[in-house]
Amino acid sequence: MSTLLKEIKTTIKDLLSRKGRSFLTILGIIIGVAGVIIIISLGAGAQSLVLGQITKLGSNLVAVLPGKSNENGPPTAVFGVQIKTLNLSDIDMMNDKGKVPNATEVAPFVRGNVTIVSGHENVDTSFTATYGNYPRIQNVEMSKGVFFSDEEGRSGSNVIVLGYDVASSLFPNGNEIGGVVKIIVPNTNPSSTESSNSIPFRVIGVQKKMGTVAFQNQDDQVFIPFSIGQRQILGIDYVQFARIKVNNNLNVKSTMEDIKRVLRYQHHITNPDNDDFSVRDLADAIKLLTSITDTLRVFLGLMAGISLVVGGIGIMNIMLVTVSERTREIGLRKAIGATRKNIRNQFLLESIVLTFAGGVLGIILGVLISYIIALGARFAGYDWAFIISPFAVILAVTVSIITGIVFGLYPALKAAKLDPIVALRYE
Amino acid sequence: MLIELKNIVKNYDNGGVVTKVLRDVNLSVEEGEFVAIMGPSGSGKSTLMHTIGFLDRPTSGTYLFDGENTEGFSDDELARIRNNRIGFVFQSFNLLPRTSVLDNVMLPLMYNNSKANQEHRAKVALEAVGLGERLNFMSNQISGGQKQRVAIARALVCDPKVIFADEPTGNLDSKSGSTVMNILEKLNKEGRTIILVTHDKQVALHANRIVTIRDGEIVSDVLVPESERVHSKEIKDDTDL
Repeated sequence: MSTLLKEIKTTIKDLLSRKGRSFLTILGIIIGVAGVIIIISLGAGAQSLVLGQITKLGSNLVAVLPGKSNENGPPTAVFGVQIKTLNLSDIDMMNDKGKVPNATEVAPFVRGNVTIVSGHENVDTSFTATYGNYPRIQNVEMSKGVFFSDEEGRSGSNVIVLGYDVASSLFPNGNEIGGVVKIIVPNTNPSSTESSNSIPFRVIGVQKKMGTVAFQNQDDQVFIPFSIGQRQILGIDYVQFARIKVNNNLNVKSTMEDIKRVLRYQHHITNPDNDDFSVRDLADAIKLLTSITDTLRVFLGLMAGISLVVGGIGIMNIMLVTVSERTREIGLRKAIGATRKNIRNQFLLESIVLTFAGGVLGIILGVLISYIIALGARFAGYDWAFIISPFAVILAVTVSIITGIVFGLYPALKAAKLDPIVALRYE
Repeated sequence: MLIELKNIVKNYDNGGVVTKVLRDVNLSVEEGEFVAIMGPSGSGKSTLMHTIGFLDRPTSGTYLFDGENTEGFSDDELARIRNNRIGFVFQSFNLLPRTSVLDNVMLPLMYNNSKANQEHRAKVALEAVGLGERLNFMSNQISGGQKQRVAIARALVCDPKVIFADEPTGNLDSKSGSTVMNILEKLNKEGRTIILVTHDKQVALHANRIVTIRDGEIVSDVLVPESERVHSKEIKDDTDL
């Protein structure tokens, strides 16, 4: 053991005596390892950011979507298919305390893209049409005015709540409340002669600046009462999705079962395999999102791993040069009693020490860059966590040592095979 | 008998063209002898030395070293013999660059079974060649004569029975050369067998026996009368002062 330590010391001394070249040799490994560390760290940071934002929405939410979908797969609507199997009578049934006792709030949703006009200003944005209980289901903070009431939401009053960015585009002067905006409705009825008509709305509230939550800019949207959005703007009679708030986290699963039972009864479904709706809770969404981001991380990690292989080839190249440069030394060592094994181990040790050093420097570099990126993200206002997983560090070191062994073996064997006389005569 | 070569033949095969470098060489060397192997270049004297020194294997023939037939020895066994029973001194010194004098001398001990007192043994060997004071000099900071003396210390450090010196003075000026020859003589007087390869008659005359080889065959093998032997004095080179 002490001889190995001594040999490692000698090797390090030897490598340090040609610092510049040793550094260039391991540059590829440094970059590869740093890449792996950064990607894994950023992946974990981004994942925790997104999951944190989703959890903020509330973990006692249940979503009902039309159409059957696989538990872990994306909802059918993601593929652009319009499914019309969910309607307002389903919503009313879910609101029935006798049938779904633990649902405190049930809200239907439709969404679409519209152009909103106020005076000379106009803006393209997306609208969400829902009930007035929306603020009790999801976190809504108003900077001015109020969200529409249950009564306004249900009766379909022409009132509108603006997102922060929409408000500042339409009302540069800031006096939004009480102002009137028009939503341009593209005419979907081909028999009509008019190309479009517009619906006026009275602004009753402006949301606080919220930033991007779950990949969606919360400031670039407007809220309007459900029936106006559904009937007058989209001209449809179904519900795109519904959200249900459950009174207690512990009742989420039982409520999901209640909802399924109610909807199966409503839709005359006896076999659950024929469900034309899907019920999900946030745990499902988190699972789905985690599986997507995990796949992405593995993929990016592999890309960075390829650069490690390239770095390894660089090591092999330089080690081959080193072996041929030190042919005489190898000859001498053999003449004074070194066996093939001694020579092989000497060069193998050298490449392992090199790649190990590259791994350590790469980790330092990668952690540093990840930290700087985390600081930058926090500065930009994201709730970004700086995460370095010990797994990534162990993986990086292991892979770099294995790289040293794999790519150092061929040069080392070549050195060990040298004939002492030929090596001694080599000029 | 320390070294006994019987009918040693060495052929080199260069892509079908066979060159006979050693033809049926018979040679015996007793412990304590100082043998010079002479011959013009291309005569096979270096090949003979490599064969005796286990750097190369003969094509055919028997080689008894210290009474042991070495014919079936593995590469590792030959490496062990080279390590602890033979010392080599080369014309071009072959010291490791960027490495201290002491570490150069300790190098063979790295491959030796007995790991004890490495530094002490290296120091003793360096004192024997008069370089006890230069342990921490780098090998490229010393003169040619000193380099060869470091090389001799390196050959001595495992306490070998025999030292092979291949043109040890070939790259040296006459002063340094004479110091090196003086050291070899001293080692011989202490009982070590010396086998010297040279083309220089004056150098060869330090030995007590001269073997001449030509075209792969030993053409003469004579004892040097004591009256004709040359004895070198130790001459301090300038850098020693």
